[in-house]
Parts: sequence; C-alpha cells; structure tokens
Amino acid sequence: MSVTQRSYGGGPRPGAFRSRPRSMITRVTSRDSRLRHLDWILIAAVLALCALGVLLVYSATEPSLVQRGANPHTYLDKQAIFVVIGLVMMALVSLVDHRQLRVFAPVVYGAAVLGLLVVLTPLGATVNGAAGWIDLPGGFQIEPSEYAKIALILMTALLFSELREGARDPSAGRPGPSLREVGIVIACGAPLIGLVIIEPALGISMVLVVVLAGMILLSGIQLRWVLILLAVAAAGVIAALSLNLVKGYQLTRFSSFLHPSSDAAGSGYNAIQAKIAIGSGGMFGQGLFHGQSVSGSYVPAQSTDFIFTVAGQELGFVGAVVIVALLGVVVVRALRIATRADDSFGMLVAAGIAIWFLFQAFVNVGMTVGIMPITGLPLPFISYGGSAIFADMIAVGLLLSVHHKRQVFE
Amino acid sequence: MISASRRRMLVLYVVVASLLITLGGRLWYIQVMNGTSYVKLASANQTRNIVVPAVRGQILDDVGDPLVTNRTKLVVSVDMMTLSQRKDGGDSVLRRLAPMINLPYDTLKEKVRLCTAKVKQPCWAGSPYQPIPVDENVSDQVALQIMEEQDQFPGVTAQAQGVVTYPMPHGANPAQVLGYLQPATTEQLKKDHLPAGTGYSTADLVGQAGLEEQYNQALTGTTGTDTVSVNAAGDVTGTVGGTAAKPGDNLVTSINSKIQADAQDALNSAIKKAREAGNDANQGAAVVMTTTGRVVAMASYPDYNPSVWTNGLSQSQFDALFGQSDGAPAINWTTQGQYAPGSTWKVTSTAAAVSDGFPLDGQYNCPATVDIGGHTYKNDGEPNQGDMSFAEALIQSCDTVYYNLGYEMWQRDNPHANVVTSASAPVQKMQKEALAWGFGKTTGIDLPEEASGTVPTREWLYYYWKDNAHQGQNWCKYGKADGTYVQQIEYQDCKSGNVWEPGQAAIAAIGQGYDLATPLQLTNAYVALANGGTLYQPRIGQALVSPSGQVVKQITPPVAAHLPASSGFLSYLRSALAGVVTQGTAAGAFSGFPLNKVCVGGKTGTAQVMGKVATSVFASFAPCNDPQYVVVVMIPDSGYGADSSAPAVRQIWDGIYGLEGHQAAVPGGQVPKSLPQIASTGKITAPKGYSG
Repeated sequence: MSVTQRSYGGGPRPGAFRSRPRSMITRVTSRDSRLRHLDWILIAAVLALCALGVLLVYSATEPSLVQRGANPHTYLDKQAIFVVIGLVMMALVSLVDHRQLRVFAPVVYGAAVLGLLVVLTPLGATVNGAAGWIDLPGGFQIEPSEYAKIALILMTALLFSELREGARDPSAGRPGPSLREVGIVIACGAPLIGLVIIEPALGISMVLVVVLAGMILLSGIQLRWVLILLAVAAAGVIAALSLNLVKGYQLTRFSSFLHPSSDAAGSGYNAIQAKIAIGSGGMFGQGLFHGQSVSGSYVPAQSTDFIFTVAGQELGFVGAVVIVALLGVVVVRALRIATRADDSFGMLVAAGIAIWFLFQAFVNVGMTVGIMPITGLPLPFISYGGSAIFADMIAVGLLLSVHHKRQVFE
Repeated sequence: MISASRRRMLVLYVVVASLLITLGGRLWYIQVMNGTSYVKLASANQTRNIVVPAVRGQILDDVGDPLVTNRTKLVVSVDMMTLSQRKDGGDSVLRRLAPMINLPYDTLKEKVRLCTAKVKQPCWAGSPYQPIPVDENVSDQVALQIMEEQDQFPGVTAQAQGVVTYPMPHGANPAQVLGYLQPATTEQLKKDHLPAGTGYSTADLVGQAGLEEQYNQALTGTTGTDTVSVNAAGDVTGTVGGTAAKPGDNLVTSINSKIQADAQDALNSAIKKAREAGNDANQGAAVVMTTTGRVVAMASYPDYNPSVWTNGLSQSQFDALFGQSDGAPAINWTTQGQYAPGSTWKVTSTAAAVSDGFPLDGQYNCPATVDIGGHTYKNDGEPNQGDMSFAEALIQSCDTVYYNLGYEMWQRDNPHANVVTSASAPVQKMQKEALAWGFGKTTGIDLPEEASGTVPTREWLYYYWKDNAHQGQNWCKYGKADGTYVQQIEYQDCKSGNVWEPGQAAIAAIGQGYDLATPLQLTNAYVALANGGTLYQPRIGQALVSPSGQVVKQITPPVAAHLPASSGFLSYLRSALAGVVTQGTAAGAFSGFPLNKVCVGGKTGTAQVMGKVATSVFASFAPCNDPQYVVVVMIPDSGYGADSSAPAVRQIWDGIYGLEGHQAAVPGGQVPKSLPQIASTGKITAPKGYSG
C-alpha cells in the first residue's frame, strides 16, 4: 500500500535507523540516557494503579477461593504475572521508534480484524453471553477486542497523518482533513467496531466509537463536518434501535441504570449492589481484605468489571478518590504528551489513548456509582484480566514512545 | 501543529477535569454523605434470620409420665396450592427438589398427589390446603438451601417441625382431653395477636383442641432466630448470632395414668355389656375428680389414637372422628355430652325443697302414681310405698315423692310468672337451686370445649319457645292437634310452649324433661356435695414447669361458689347416698363390694329419653365419711343406672383403692400431693412414694 511508502517522506531518512537492526535488545541494556527522558510521573501512576489492582484482585477473589477450597492466591498470582508481562510489553513498545510504529499500524490492524473474526468462529469462547475470547493452548485466552482499541488508534492516527501529509502543501494551511479523508478513516474503523458489536461487547464498541470520534475531532476537522457527522451518527443509533440490532439485555442494562430498584433482583441488581458496596465504605473504608460485600460475593464480576466496588468498600472515599486521581494523572500525562508531540501521528496516538482511558475509566467508575449504565468494561490497570492489562500497558508503551521521540529531537 | 487541534486539546483538558470532579462528587455523595444508610443496607444484605421453632412442651401425668412428647425434625413440605398455580403445575420445582431430598421424581410426585377414590396410596390423604410433608428428616444444609433459594423452590418450605408422640403410659389415652395439633389458621394467627416473625405461619402447628389448645401459649415456647451470613448465591457462610429458641413449658396434669386406664377399661366394658344387651350405647363418659376440684381421669367413649392427626387426615378419617354415626370420637363427651341426669339430680331437688321450707325430717308420700296437670306420672312401675323420709326417698329413688315436690313448689312459686312472656321472668326456686350447684352453665374447666347443659329457667323457656315456635323446629307449622304423637306435642308446644307448666316442673324435679347436664357438671356438683359445699372450677393442669425444672405456674382449681346448703344438710345427703349403695338402688351393683374397707356413697340415675333407651348414670363418692374422690359414669342408650354405670363405677373404685383383686393405682388410694421433679437434663422423677 502506498501509504507505507510515503510515510518516510516527513521523517528522517531511512538510513537513520537501518544501521541498528538489533535495536530493541541492545538499547535496553546499553547505558543510553533515554531512561532519564521517560515520563516518570506517568510510569509512577501506572505502577501505583497496577499495584492497587493486584491487591484488590486478591481481596476480591480470596474469600470465594477459600470457600471453594482452592488456592487463595490463584488470581493474585495470575494478575501479578499479567502485570509483570504487561510491564515488559510496555518497555518493549516504548523502545519502538514512532516511525516503526507507523509500519506496525497496518499489521496490528490486520491482526485485530483477524482476531475478531476468529472469535466468531467455533474457535471463539463464550463468556457471559459474549463471544469475545480465543482459547489458546495451556488455558490462556486472548480477548481481541482489547487489542482492537490499539489497532483503531494506530490506524486512525496513521491514516490522518499520512493522508494529510500526502495531500498537504505545508504553506497552504488547510484548515483540516477533508470529508473524504474522514470517510476513509471511518471506513477503516468500521470493521473493528462492527465486529466488536457482533461479539457482542457493547462496552468496548462504545470505547471504540468514542475514541474514533475524539480522534476525528482532534484531527482538526471543520466544525460543520462535525455537526453533519453527529447527525449521521444519530440516524445510525435510531436505525440500530428500530432494526433491533441492539440486544434486549443491552437495552435492559441501559434502562435499569436509570431505575435500578424497579428490578432489584434482576438487571438492577448489579447497580444496587455496587452502590451499596461503595456507599458502605464510608470515608476511610472497611479495610483492605475486610469488605463485607466482598466476602459474600454480592457484587457480580467483582474482580473484573466491578473491581472499583472493592476499592470503594475497603478503602473508602479516600482510596476511591486516590484511584480516580491516579487515573486522572495517567489521562492528563497522555494529553500532555499529545500536546507536545511534534507530529500529528504522535499527537493523535497519545490523544486517542487519553480518550480511551478517560472514557473507559469514567464509564467503569460511573456505572458502579450509578451515574452510567452498566456495560462490560474493565477499569484500566486494575481489573483482573490479561488481555486488558496487556492492552493498557502497550498503550502506555506507545505513550512513552511518543514522549521519547519528542525528547530525542529536542 | 494545527491550531484547531490545539484548541480542541484544551477543551479535552476541561472535559477531563469535569469528569474527574463528577466522579469525586458522586463518591462523596454516596460514601460520605449517605455512607451510614449504605452500611445498614450492606449488613442486611448478607445476613438472614432463620426462625428456629421452639420444642413444644410435654404434657405429663401426675407422676411425671408423659402423655404427649415432642421433638423437632427438619421437615420439607410442599404447598401444592402454590405449585398448582404455576404454568407447569410445579413440575419443574418438584424436579429440582427431588434430587435434593434423595427421592426419585416419580416417588415425590406420588407423595404430593391427592388421594381420591381412584388414587390410592402413596398419596396425600390430608387437606390440599395443608403443606404436604415430603421428607421428615433432612439435614440443616438442605433445609437452608431450600429456604434461601425460594425463587427456585416456590411453595416449598423446610423448617423444624414438632413431631408429636403419644406414649400412653399404662394404656392411658385421654385423647380428647389432650387435644391435637394442626396448622394454625389465619384467623387464629389474628386472634392470638401473634406478631410477625415469631415463627408462626400457617404451617406451624398449634393446639386446636383440648389441653393442647388451652395451654398452647405456654407449651409453644418462644421461637428463636439464627442469624446466618449468606453470600449472594444464598449459600450460608457462617453463623453470626441470633437468639436461642426457648422450649415450651411442660404441663403437669392431675391425670393419673393408671386411674385413667382403669376408667377407660370400666367404661369400655360397661358399654360392651350394654351393647350385648341390645342397646345402642355408642357414647359414654367417665370422670374421676378429687374433692379438691382436680380431674384425675376423664374418659370419653369412643376414643381414638391421637397420632392419627400427625400425618394428614383423610376425609374418611375426619368423618370417622367427627361423624355422629361413629359416636364422634374426637368429641370429649365428658364436657360436651349433654344428657338427662335422671335421679342423680334429686340431690339438688331435695336441697331446693328443704330451702323452700319442706322439713328435712318430714315424711313424704311415695304412691305408685301421681296426677299432675292432667297427666298421670308413675314411680317406675313400683307399688305404693307409703310415707318415707328424704333419705329413704333417695335410697329407693322414689319418683313420685319428687313429682309431688316439684308440683307443690310450682304452686307456691309465683304462679303469675309461669306464663313466660319475657326473658326477665324470675327463676323458679327449684331451678335456682340447680343453678347454684353449677348446672346450666359451664364449669370453667381448663378445656376449650364445654357445653353448658340445660336448667329450664323461665328465661330459658322463653327463648326456647321464641326460637322454635315459628322458626327453628317450627312447631306451629308442623304441629297437628290430631296428628302423630310428635305432631301433637309440637301442636301443644306451639300453643303453650311459653308456659311453665306443672308437668314440666314435676319432671324437672327428677332430672328429666328439659334437664340436661354434662358428665363433668354432674361430677363437679357431687364434688361440692362431697367436700361440704365448695363448688370448684375443675382443673386438669396442676402446674407449668419450665424445661429446666422450675415451676413457672401453680394451677389451683379456683372456687366458683359455695352451695346454698348447710354442711349438716350435705352430711345428711351423703349418708343417704351411702344407703343407696348398701340397701338402695345400687345395692345389687355393689353386692360383695368390700364397703368395710372403702365406704362408697352414690346415686343411680335412669333418665327416660323419648324414643330411646334410658341414659344410665351413677354418681358416687368415697370414702363416705371423708370423701376424697368423686366418680361419675354416664352412658346414654344403655338402660338402668344400676345396670350399666354403677358396675363401671365400682370397677373404677376397685382400681383406685386396689380392691377385689385389682392393683391399687395409687398407694393408699392417695394421688400424689407433690409434683414430679423435672431435672434440667430433662429427666423426670416421680413424686416420692410413686412410680411412673
């Protein structure tokens, strides 16, 4: 595809990095000064969130494991390993030069689409009514939809930067991408979003839509196009509802969040139990490992989508606010990296990741406190799950990569 | 960079800030401002209160032998009324339930189907409105699981239920006195003001008759609660606390099992004999009371095995228990049977005559017949016996003496009031005396069911006529001046049923006509006669004793009244009644009885009942000079008092005192004066000198 060829036009000459073919490994071990140029605040916030996540996963899973007579450390161990692997992934990705990222983008995109197609085949595993997983040998599972976020962000950023740079006369100062460019971007994002909806993973597809919309906005598109796109989106939503493309249980979850007590034992159950768990935490919480609702498994999916309830109950308002603040730090650092990125690709990647974390964290915490509908979304860095952690860490690695590139050229 | 992107990036910062503030504010609102209310919700979330029913108290006899014992078992019951309202008729529920109680589904299905003419056992013979027990001994775990997963098991309950057993010591089976347990009706829950959460529900058993009903509250105890922690799936994860159930108190009665068994035997054999003689005799009652107002034995014929109540009653069993054709064994005829007392009534008539001025030492004519109010009344076919004293009249049971007394008192007693046109007409002197001896009203015994008997006062006559002249029996409609015998009487009653006629007064003086008494009333009146005039409210219960052995409540028969008669007069009556046994109407029945060891006084009664064989009555006391007990037997449809009832009474006396080859039921003929001891371990020790 011509996009790849042209990608070298705006950057350094090809020879600049070809002289270091074994770059990744040698650079990690070399006494290169790049460690000094990492965004340590971002890394500290991510590490703190991961550590809290491991503790909360342990607290959430230990009582029921003990009751079942299983090893109480089962999930603690797994989550810790996930985090370690995730950190390695983050480090590796952060070492990748952003120009290489451009090369990888189509690959990642292709792999994600392929993965999402595979889950729809008999190879896919169904969890909680959604076919979102691929079983791997050795009891491991991959959730391609988590990686779809990365694929979407990379591909969108790539398309915007390549299309615009290719079409641009730098002195012309064109106000923003044309509708045709936006159309291409949406057309590329649509398969990802569509496949995730089919799974169905409503929460993640919402993230994808919001990230895509946010990136389109930040691409500099003219406002009138924004309004037109909004109208098209509204029409799409109405069509989806009238054509029954949205599953009944998804609608129920959306409506029950508005009136949780109308069906306390049914779809409103999660919402009520989550609020009770968090509310009963009070100012300082009931103490880590001492949450009442945790030991009774009152809140479903408490180690994954509803892990914030454990934090709320055991660590109280103080702990909950700390987690929200740490997530805020991650988002703000991501935005800062985006703002300071010196090309539109880096800016869009970092901004897309910021929007992803922001939206996903807000929806996840919001659903546990009753201000957002309940959708299946993990809390970044904290919820139990390998694919989610890996995707989050890869995203942080991307942020560091974008950040680093800027440092290098300073 | 493009300036539009930068501007929009700034907007994004604002969005981030506002979203973070939103979350923080919401957390503050939920956790800090409303935290306490959520703490409460969280606690309620994870504990469940499980009602622990109390073990019901036992009912013991006077030496501590249990007549009723209780223990609890975890019983799983299925309410088919609830299940049948489900779409699949509850099939899915039963299919889920079957493996939990280790029953094949088909077997379970058979257990809960209703027995009909075509459906034979196994099936449920009881009421379809009653929960059907399908497993009578499940583990705590299964029970909790069923109760916690009510959405999975609608209409299925698992709870500790009392299991009643009836040991029948020495064969004593005072079934009707004990009563029975059945699920509480909604009305009873309301009536007893049972608060919610006491564990009472319609599936809980409450006493529905007899002592079980009378002392239900004390016997029931206080239900406890088990507060268990449960997880969201309803699995019990531990016990948090709760209150222990307080077992019900034990009721120690004054029933002596040996005497009770003797009374039952005596009654049974008397009825058997009467039937062999060709009489109907399908009911009967025997009562033994101390002269202090305590019931020692109370036998009602026919009896039944009370355990029939415990496993659901079929319609045919119910019919057998309450059907008149079978003698209605569920009915306690000692308190609910109303029979003409016959000549046993003459003691009150004598008392009435003496208080009306007839001299106690006077002589009264005993002709073969008397003519009163246009009718001729016979002295049971006896010839003219000339003048005699009251004592002689009682010994020989001369009816004509009392016909005359009744008639003479009628003449002297406010003749104007005898045309009874209002309920406030004064009570006749003869009937006033009967009322004073406790007839015509319930005795107030500690049993829930009791009939009042009839003393035909003018008030009673007024209502009787008012209720039946133009309604009820509707005499005026069915009566005919020239019809059958019954129609002629109805015709008369229609015309003059409101008039207290001399013939009625005469018949009432010998305990017939309108006179009706329960066996208990007659016993109680003779207790007053025997003890010198104290009329008690009889008591079966002696004490309520806590499971740990503390006497919670002593029960003493309250004094209801004192007879309006001097002790000298009562002593005169007693010696006359002693003569009945030695030389009078009961001499034959008591011939050969060792009166030198135990002197018995008594009065026969042979009450003629229209269209039936006479009611046989014998009321007695012993020893003559210092009466300790009163024994009364009444058997309707069986003939002369001396033929059926007196031999039964003799047999009971034999049992009490150990006479004529019988073993003494109680040493020295004395029932225990103290209570049996109940240790905190539950071990029961008989009073000193007695054995169970």
